[in-house]
Amino acid sequence: MENIYLTIVLAPLAGAIIAGFFGGKIGRTGAHSATIAGVGLSAALSLWVLSRFIWHDQPNFNGPVYTWMVSDGMHFEIGFLVDRLTALMMATVTFVSLMVHLYTIGYMADDAHNWPDGALTGKNSYQRFFSYISLFTFSMLMLVMSNNFMQLFFGWEAVGLVSYLLIGFWSTRESAIFANMKAFLVNRVGDFGFILGIAAIGMYFGSMDYAEVFAKAPEHADTQIAVFGGVSLMTLICILLFIGAMGKSAQVPLHVWLPDSMEGPTPISALIHAATMVTAGIFMVARMSPLFELSTTALSFVLIVGAVTAFFMGLIGLVQNDIKRVVAYSTLSQLGYMTAALGASAYAAGVFHLMTHAFFKALLFLAAGSVIIAMHHDQDIRNMGGLRKVMPITWITALIGSLALIAFPGFSGFFSKDAIIEAVHHSDVFGAGFGWVLLSIGAFVTALYSFRMYYLVFHGQPRMDEHTRSHLHETPWVVTVPLIALAIPSIFIGWYTVEPLLINNWLGDAIYVKPENDTLHVLADHWHGQTAFILHGMAAPPFWLAMGGLALATAIWLVLHRRNPNIDAEILAKAGPVTQVLENKYGFDDFNQKVFAGGGRGLGNMLWSTGDRTLIDGAVVNGSARLVGHLAGILRHLQTGYLYHYAIAMIIGLAGLLTVFVAL
Amino acid sequence: MIALSDYLMLGELLFAIALAGIFLNRKNLILLLMCIELMLLAVNMNFVAFSHFLGDGAGQIFVFFILTVAAAEAAIGLAILVVLFRNRGTINVEDLDMLKG
Repeated sequence: MENIYLTIVLAPLAGAIIAGFFGGKIGRTGAHSATIAGVGLSAALSLWVLSRFIWHDQPNFNGPVYTWMVSDGMHFEIGFLVDRLTALMMATVTFVSLMVHLYTIGYMADDAHNWPDGALTGKNSYQRFFSYISLFTFSMLMLVMSNNFMQLFFGWEAVGLVSYLLIGFWSTRESAIFANMKAFLVNRVGDFGFILGIAAIGMYFGSMDYAEVFAKAPEHADTQIAVFGGVSLMTLICILLFIGAMGKSAQVPLHVWLPDSMEGPTPISALIHAATMVTAGIFMVARMSPLFELSTTALSFVLIVGAVTAFFMGLIGLVQNDIKRVVAYSTLSQLGYMTAALGASAYAAGVFHLMTHAFFKALLFLAAGSVIIAMHHDQDIRNMGGLRKVMPITWITALIGSLALIAFPGFSGFFSKDAIIEAVHHSDVFGAGFGWVLLSIGAFVTALYSFRMYYLVFHGQPRMDEHTRSHLHETPWVVTVPLIALAIPSIFIGWYTVEPLLINNWLGDAIYVKPENDTLHVLADHWHGQTAFILHGMAAPPFWLAMGGLALATAIWLVLHRRNPNIDAEILAKAGPVTQVLENKYGFDDFNQKVFAGGGRGLGNMLWSTGDRTLIDGAVVNGSARLVGHLAGILRHLQTGYLYHYAIAMIIGLAGLLTVFVAL
Repeated sequence: MIALSDYLMLGELLFAIALAGIFLNRKNLILLLMCIELMLLAVNMNFVAFSHFLGDGAGQIFVFFILTVAAAEAAIGLAILVVLFRNRGTINVEDLDMLKG
């Protein structure tokens, strides 16, 4: 099996190397064939591995592949841990990645238009893009298949790097460069916590290996350490690790980079900033469940952060007019749901939602991309409308994605989101009640913004200009096939996987839940099949809130909008201050810009002018030079240039030396 | 009978004259060279005197060496002086202060 796992990881890397280094030689077709072959192989093997785990009771694999170094008894290795959680992640990542690879052929076909004439970086950009997304697949697989913290950190940083490269892919655009720098810096803040958490683990457990750390963790359950006047070690480690997850999975207040990351091309918004990379934090916390279970404080922190993100980021989605930004805020909100599930110890529900979300959110993004292609790269939903007539496949698949997103009964999102809300409802950690209220109202908000976008894009009167309207067309098959391929799991995967994942504990020993924290058993106790679950869900407030949101969205943006096309702007204007707050995104960006960016620049300026220019350059470097110059200016008067002065100096010196010799 | 001290007095006198010549002469570079020659001769006088009184011939051998070196030195010194005169048009010591700091 080890060879198969190695192949799964290395095939995308090989594709990335071929497309990246030899892109100029093999051309466009060569580049996308090589990378799709690599990722396709990886996806096929991953699905095979997953099927082995489902039907053949495949044993877990946990072993090193390569030992990098041994230092003071601590092993730094590359190793794989493949259990059911990993197998599920591998299949999700490689499948979505494969779909995105296919889709990219269509989306990037005329990428040359996106570059100014003669831009050097625009040369072979198509091949470079394929190389990056394959490299991303490799990094993500390294992350999920890791069996130790070092490789986890490597994967963590590698996906961050690729994300940076791809957000700034159109490197001639000012806004893209700003966005990728922002993403990079905000992620550094998270990684700062993450690496401190790993360091704390290395310090107290003396090992980087998951299995060893998890085995030793209960011994340290009551250890106190003298930081901030004494805190529980496990709480500290878990919160530090979770800060890393907050950066990567864009939780408040480190969420600011994700909406801006929409500057990147749409395929990577779907792959990296919706389906896979941003869920790395969720995956990591689920993987670390034996640690998080030991700290109720950390769980409570996780739950509150998740619930706050889920609700408040959803609200911002209501006022966005860029189609990709609406989807981006909905991603933030859904990541909040997953995080809240983790906080409620419902790791399986979090991972379940991660998987269903990967499918329907990738679908929504790719559908948005399809719309953007048709609209000639205009992303403003106020300029769209009526697209269902010209783009039937995109229309239907986007509808499916939206229904799955708002948790319409029967769609995959329904099972996962309902399970999360249910689990939070039954959780006992501090803040669970507050979280439940936010998540339930969040369901209403989700339905409202999703269908606002859906109606504005696909229904109503076409509002685009004459030129664009005459060119509207359904996108080519490389775009629509991935849409259909993602729409199918968006509908059905919830129905088929809810029972094994949540009820029969299919993930097994990959996740550890303390019996008293187990919030999913309530679900299992009342389990009478999927239909009963749906019916039960339909009696609960979140369902009615979601349907209320759907109805309200229909009333406003389908019915009223037909009579008054300006209704959207009018409602926003009436909400006045609220709209202002939402449009300012609660002031996070301004705050960061002023306090952190401005403060950092101010501090840098101060250090530069006083520290560098005055102290080092002025006092030390130029000061010492000036001192020597000054002294020399005095001493040079001794050099008269007259021969007899030198002679007398020599004679006096000689006499002096002789005196010394004779006298001593 | 002339004593050793008399010879040493003569050598010292010659050396002192040469030194005074170097200090006092502000005009002529040739005079400087001559003073240096005189210093060497004063040293030679000491060598010969000691050689005689100690009965050791080595001192007189040294004198020949010094005379040879002094001749070479004088030749080089005069050559430099000629070049200097060509370049600067003067051998006035007062004017030769290019090394002034």
